[in-house]
Amino acid sequence: MRAWLPSLLRAVLLAILLAFLISPGWFEPLLKPLVQDNAPAIYNQGSLLTLTLLHLRTVAIATIAAIIVAVTLAILVTRSFGAEFLPLSRSLVNVGQTFPPVAVLALAVPALGFGEKPTLVALFLYGLLPIFENTLTGLTTLPPSVMEAARGAGMTDRQRLFKVELPLAMPVILAGIRLSVVISLATATIGSTVAAKTLGEVIIAGLQSNNIAFVLQGGLIVGALAVLIYDGLSAIEAVLARRAGL
Amino acid sequence: MVIALLVAYGALVAPFATFRANRIVPGEAKSVLAALPAGAGVVLLGLMIVAAAIILLKTPALLRLATAAVALGAIALFIGLTAAYLTPPENTYARVSPASGFWILLFAYALLAADSITRLRPRPGVRVLLLLATLGGAAAILVSGLWDGLSILKEYAGRADVFWLEAGRHVALALGSLFASVVVGLPLGILCHRVEPLRAGVLNTLNLIQTIPSIALFGILIAPLGWIAVHVPGAGAIGIRGIGAAPAFVALFLYSLLPVVANTVVGLAGVPREANEAARGIGMTDRQRLFGIELPLAMPVILTGIRIVLVQSIGLATIAALIGGGGFGVFVFQGIGQTAMDLVLLGAVPTVVLAFAAAIVLDALIEMNTPSQNRGRTT
Amino acid sequence: MIEIDGITKRYDGTAVVDNVTMTIEPRTVTVIVGTSGSGKTTLLRMINRLVEPSAGAIRLDGEDNRSMPGFELRRRIGYAIQGHGLFPHRTVAQNIATVPVLLDWDKARIDAKVAELLALFQLDPAIFAARFPHELSGGQQQRVGVARALAAEPKVLLMDEPFGALDPIIRAKAQADLLDIQKLLKTTIVLVTHDMDEAFHLADKIAVMDKGELVQYGTPAELVTNPATEFVQTLIGASERPFRLLSIETAGQAVEPGTADGKPVGAATSQRDVLSELLWTGRDALPVAAADGTLIGKVTLEGLARRAARPQ
Repeated sequence: MRAWLPSLLRAVLLAILLAFLISPGWFEPLLKPLVQDNAPAIYNQGSLLTLTLLHLRTVAIATIAAIIVAVTLAILVTRSFGAEFLPLSRSLVNVGQTFPPVAVLALAVPALGFGEKPTLVALFLYGLLPIFENTLTGLTTLPPSVMEAARGAGMTDRQRLFKVELPLAMPVILAGIRLSVVISLATATIGSTVAAKTLGEVIIAGLQSNNIAFVLQGGLIVGALAVLIYDGLSAIEAVLARRAGL
Repeated sequence: MVIALLVAYGALVAPFATFRANRIVPGEAKSVLAALPAGAGVVLLGLMIVAAAIILLKTPALLRLATAAVALGAIALFIGLTAAYLTPPENTYARVSPASGFWILLFAYALLAADSITRLRPRPGVRVLLLLATLGGAAAILVSGLWDGLSILKEYAGRADVFWLEAGRHVALALGSLFASVVVGLPLGILCHRVEPLRAGVLNTLNLIQTIPSIALFGILIAPLGWIAVHVPGAGAIGIRGIGAAPAFVALFLYSLLPVVANTVVGLAGVPREANEAARGIGMTDRQRLFGIELPLAMPVILTGIRIVLVQSIGLATIAALIGGGGFGVFVFQGIGQTAMDLVLLGAVPTVVLAFAAAIVLDALIEMNTPSQNRGRTT
Repeated sequence: MIEIDGITKRYDGTAVVDNVTMTIEPRTVTVIVGTSGSGKTTLLRMINRLVEPSAGAIRLDGEDNRSMPGFELRRRIGYAIQGHGLFPHRTVAQNIATVPVLLDWDKARIDAKVAELLALFQLDPAIFAARFPHELSGGQQQRVGVARALAAEPKVLLMDEPFGALDPIIRAKAQADLLDIQKLLKTTIVLVTHDMDEAFHLADKIAVMDKGELVQYGTPAELVTNPATEFVQTLIGASERPFRLLSIETAGQAVEPGTADGKPVGAATSQRDVLSELLWTGRDALPVAAADGTLIGKVTLEGLARRAARPQ
């Protein structure tokens, strides 16, 4: 019974989330007690579903860009010709992590103006770090005997990279991507302070009109998305890791 | 080489400073030569060329570090000169702010400094000294009034009192929630380590909290805290309120718990079995083992957790401003609201500096607490 | 034939392999022994150019091994290492097919080769082909590692402490299997080990490396009877000498005419094992049987003692 319980909980969570997005009206009685007399209990300045999709789109674009750049960079600095930049790139990553997301967002606005662009840039920059770091870890901690065997079997550098190194590092890289996505999902809400269309709009509208129901629904949707995506990616990772016998 | 290219681009192509008639209108970009009095511009360009040459040639790391320091000092001085030069006398509306060229140069030399410091591998104490020297240098320039003409400081001049008040709040929020999370998280972590069944539950709950977006968590906490303020006698008197610093503090505290608890558990689990066995074998009690063996050995990992928490809290504390909790976020969000980017910078730059300084100090602490045989291996 | 000609490898000015010259005959087993840091592994890795030499040349069947890119060379030379180095994300069959796939063999030929090798290494293809390395025992992993090295039918197989990670019982079996397969496939094997028992058991010729230099290269018997240096002497172990001599040859080579009582020993059993059997059973002689079971004579305690004595 314990084995299927988590899956069941996830399915229920997903069902509730979908129901809420498609027909928020059903849940009005639940949220009504949180608001003052005649304030609306369900966000009424736009469709929650549309905002959720925009939110996901923003995160997806930023994450895909971050994956491409971070994985490429990590591959370059782990090749022999890029080894010189390895210590520098490591310290860059460390420095980058000390930049708070709000600061990145705020600093991107002067260059790019308001709207989705600074949010994308902030999410992209902030999403780079976990992916880069994990790809680096994955590529530098491969079992030496396997690397030796790959070279001894006569694989070229390129074949080693694509047939051995990347597949073996994949679970660790995916863990980085998962971390990055979860951070981005939450950080994207802050994007709404610079007028990006995300679920942050709902939360901020709630904060401005002192409407706890808005804040709660915005926050819970993002939280549920994060939990579901996190679990989904964990499951993929587990399958890959089992395949790789790690 | 990349750095040299950045320097070349920053010095020659990108504008060095932006001049605006007042704080809201779009600015007019000025190159290095146009932004500085005739002689000074040439001197700065010359300096940058020398620096680029030093970078391109394979010079020793110490020389490169010195180059970076001198160059950083130079652009810091010259940006101040620019402000004085470009601002028409007696005009308090005009704004001069650093433009992309300045930021690129700053980034390039910071990169160069970081690179050479990485190569030199200074001891932790030395790194903290370097940090203090840099901050001291910046402070000296600030006090000297050289930068007073710059837009960001004009914003500061208008709000000096508020700035320090918010700075205090920001630090209090970050450090206070850190302190609270360590006081609660450390025993909780030890408990989770000792009582196996508790572990998964506690860690999963804390994980879940981390997925709630920060602005939402800040907002959600308004309700229960407001209720407590009204219904629990004395709560209001000690500052518990629905909006303001209290929900911000609680939210930061909740976010901070996971890294502290998780790293305590991981650190304790990483204590070598033999060390524990030996301690038991010579007759240490559980308590003696915890304080004499386990905690000291787990300390680097626990400190890493604290580093994550502190850097994260300094960043997240900016969001407290949205619910009236104060902090540097006040300027950031005011600035965004008024489309006054200098105001945004006034909030963002100190936040970044604070987070950066905290990271360096704690990294040094971690290294000092790591047994030396490990240090040899990791560096 | 592998001709190693004045090969030298220097790291930061220090020679780890210093001017080594030796010729390895085709279809033989050559074992390189030495302490750790003696340069034996570096010497082996220069044959397939995992390490590029600082000076000297290596020729395979007369052709300089630098006449083609390193990766192409390595596809033509088998390579098996300690801890097997199997790719954890690929099945047993995919692991064995590594080099054939790199060489673009067609699928039917690859499948046939994989099945053939699995059978040769006593692994049922129906059970093992689709398994992942972590689902195998240590001995099975090691066999798959060697099967992978032999997949492209290389003339030369290089082995770097291939049995180092196995426990003694599985190791003895793996060594016996290797000899059988070598006889079957006629592969030239160069094997590195620090285990002298293994060296004497497997080698046609032994090369002793010390501090980067080749101090002796000869048959096992030559090493025992005529050690070139103090170091070779120590490596062999003074008290082990008679037994080492006996472990080189088989009962079949010590047969005397006549008959004896007791359970016959196989002609392929090493003389050392026969001696042990004689001492344990308290007999003076035992009958010897050929592979087909016919008795071909006897082995005597006295005869073995003569063979174990220092040659005059």
